[in-house]
Parts: sequence; structure tokens; C-alpha cells
Amino acid sequence: MILLYPIKQLGRLTLNSVRELGRMGIFISENFYYFFFPPFLYERVIKQVYFIGVKTITVILLTGTFTGMVLTLQSYYVLIHFGAESQLGSITALSLIRELGPVVTALMVIGRAGSALTAEIGIMRMSEQIDALDAMNLNPYKYLIIPNILAAVISLPILTSFFNVVGIWGGYLVGVKLSGLSSGIYYGAIADSIRAQDLILSLNKSLSFGFLIGWICCYKGFFAGAGSGFGAQGVSKATTEAVVLSSIVILICDYFITSISLFG
Amino acid sequence: MSLIKIINVHKSFGAQKVLTGVNLEIKHGQTLALIGASGKGKSVLLKHIIGLMAPDEGTIMINGMDISHVRGKKRLELKDRMGIVFQFGALFDSLSVYENVAFPLKEKTKLPSSKIRERVIAELAMVGLENDLEKFPAQISGGMRKRLALARCLVLEPQIIFFDEPTTGLDPVIAASIYRIIRNLQNERKLTALIVSHEIPGIFKVVDRVAMLHDGKIIQSGTPEEIQNSQHKAVQQFLTGELE
Repeated sequence: MILLYPIKQLGRLTLNSVRELGRMGIFISENFYYFFFPPFLYERVIKQVYFIGVKTITVILLTGTFTGMVLTLQSYYVLIHFGAESQLGSITALSLIRELGPVVTALMVIGRAGSALTAEIGIMRMSEQIDALDAMNLNPYKYLIIPNILAAVISLPILTSFFNVVGIWGGYLVGVKLSGLSSGIYYGAIADSIRAQDLILSLNKSLSFGFLIGWICCYKGFFAGAGSGFGAQGVSKATTEAVVLSSIVILICDYFITSISLFG
Repeated sequence: MSLIKIINVHKSFGAQKVLTGVNLEIKHGQTLALIGASGKGKSVLLKHIIGLMAPDEGTIMINGMDISHVRGKKRLELKDRMGIVFQFGALFDSLSVYENVAFPLKEKTKLPSSKIRERVIAELAMVGLENDLEKFPAQISGGMRKRLALARCLVLEPQIIFFDEPTTGLDPVIAASIYRIIRNLQNERKLTALIVSHEIPGIFKVVDRVAMLHDGKIIQSGTPEEIQNSQHKAVQQFLTGELE
């Protein structure tokens, strides 16, 4: 019996994962379906862009600046050994635009807005507010889910752009102002190395991450209580699961999108 | 003629059998109280009737249409005729008292804001909340929340209204005020209503018929007098509060 226990657990985990994936698939399919039918709640989308996007800008500006600064600092002390410090701008900008910008922005949005979305929708589920919408014949997907997913898809590319710009500026502070590199060399290397494909890759990543964050965080909130406990504990568990799952999925997707862009 | 007809409805959650063959009818203009001990499936049955849950087996007919199978525009029309007052209000906690009642009107009608305001104030006055427009649900008492939930439900002028434990947890004075509002609604709007409650005998004053849910089935239904004089052991135990 003891020998069978790990196999049983593995089976249970597999079945639960397949069930969860299926439910997530149905959830997003239904949202796609209702997306094309009125009412089109533009005002709610704008409100959520404000919540997910505008209110996250401060965090993005801070993290972007310091990420750019530390990246440049580390790169400078490696490049200087090879006499290649002229490539500092290129390394900073490429690292930010292709990788760090979309990924760190997504992780920041998950922490600040994604968790709040899950908690808010989860509390609405627990206090029957979602049932109340349904009872009024108002589609909860149209009112709660679609505006949030759209807002995340709209906000992420804009926030990523902010992150990239302030990151490059942070790199300028360290590379030019503190380390004494010429600003012409720093910006010249950036201009020489950045291609349109890099910007498209950054945009693809941020759009995908926005969609994934909206999907996972709304899903976890919408089904809070279903297998995750009830009341405050259910909401807390759903929020934790949303943050952990979306962070992992973002990092996995980042790898695959990068692979496809390089070798696809 | 029956407006609501529940035929042999079964529902289980895992191994737990909640409804095991419920049969019930509610006629046009009738107010029926569904009584029974707490946690025995009254609210679950209510959620089936309003289409928030689907039965494992059985049929729920509303106005001749099977709520489980009717789809599209017909389902929307059917649901538009129904309103529910949830047990804990299900109020939108980030909206004020006024906004809670205005919300369904703003979303479901094309009325100008002046007309919406007029109707919202009228409904709130009917439940005695016209002076608390700017307050939020967290800032008002339990009784006020129940009345606010009722006003939000009534503002869309449903023909069938469902009350889930409308007076549970309220003091007798507030409970009496809720019963008075329900009675006024019956007189003025001729609504068909189903009231899920275990508040006896208070609930008997406002209903035409009573049905008792026990062990997943309706074990007896009749007028309040018939129920009060019932010889059924489970009904008597419930009415007198005696333990088995």
C-alpha cells in the first residue's frame, strides 16, 4: 500500500491538472465567444486600463531605472576586462528590450494588479455579487473578465515601453555619468544594435504576457472557493495561486517565445 | 395555472445528496414559503429555480418553459421576469446605496439619468432608505442591507420574486418591517413570490402557502393553517423546535 501511495498521488495530481486546464480552456473560450457580442463596455475597459496600467507606472519607473542601472553596472565590469565597454549601451538596451523589459514588467503587474484582480473577483464570488449579476441577466464575463483581460493586453506593452526607456536611462546614469563612458558611444551602440525585430519581439512578449496575466488572474478569482476553501481563506489561496501560476507561466512562455524568435 | 412547476428534481454535491426528488408548484400571484432546517437545501433549490444551478435530474418549468433547457433570447426574457433577494444581500460593496439600485437600470435600460434617479429614489423610499443614498453597504445595518437588496431587485419590476432568508439574523422589529414591505408588494404589485425561510411563525403571516423541505423532498405543503395543524412528525418537530 505504501508503495502505491506515490503513484496514487501522481495520478491524482495529473487528473486535477488536466481538469484545471480543461476548465481554464472552457473559461477563456466562453470569454472569446462573448467578446463579439454587445454590450461593448468601453468605459469599464478604460477604468481597468487606469487600474492595471496607470496605477502601476510608478512601480515600473522605479524598477525599470534600477534594473537598467544594475545591469549596466554588472556589464561594465565584465566588458572593461575585454576592452569592450563601447558595447555597454548595446548590451543594456538589448537585454532590456528583448528580455528584462517584458518579463520584469509582467512580474510587477502580477504583483501589483494581478493579485488585486484575483482578490476583487474572488470576494465578489464569495459574497454572491457574481451570482447577483447573473440573476440580473448581466453577463459576468462581459462585466468582470473581458474588460480586465483587454486592459491587461493594452497596458502591458505600454508599461514595457516605459520600463525599457527608463532602464536605458538608468544605464546611461551608471555608464556615462558614473563610469565616464561617452554618451555618444553609449547611445551610438544602442542605435547600431537595436533592430525592428527586437522591438517586435518585445511587443509580442508583452501582449502575450498581458493576455496570460488577465486570463489566469481572472480565472483564479472567478472560481475562488471551488476547491480552494471558502471565505477569506479561499480568496487568499486563489490570490496566491494566481500570482504563482502566472509568474511561472510567464517565465516558461518567455523561453518559448524567445526560442521561436531565434530559431523558429 | 402553475407559474412555477418543479418536477422530481435531484441534486448531489459529490457524495452528499441535497435534493432527492423535489416536487412543487407555485401558482400565478401566489406567495409560497419554503421552510425547512438550515443547510437542508432550500437555497440550493432556489438557485435551481433561478437558473444559477442545473439539476442532476428532473425539470423546472417556469411559465411552461424548462429553465434548464431554454437558451438564448427566450432564457434572457424568462430571467428578466425574475428577481432575487439574496440571503446576504449580494450587494456591490464598492457602490453606494444609490448606485447599487441604479446599476441594473443603467445597464439594462436606456432611461435618461433623471428618470433613473426618480425610479431609484422611489424604490429606496418604499424600503425607507431614501436618506442614505451616499452610504456604502459596509456602513449600513443588516436590516438596511436586506431592504437595499429588495429595492435593487424591485427596481427592474420583476413579475416573480425570490427571497432567500429575508429576515434571518434580524431583530423582530426589523423583521416585521420586512414582512410589511412584502405584504405591501403583494397588495400593490400582485407579484408571485417564493420565500425561503426558517423564521416561523413570522413567515406564516405573509404567505398563501407553505411547503416544507426535509431530507431532500417536499414532505408537506398547504396553507399556513394546514401546516401549523400538521400531524407529520418532522413538520411538528420543526414547528415546535423539538429535537428528535
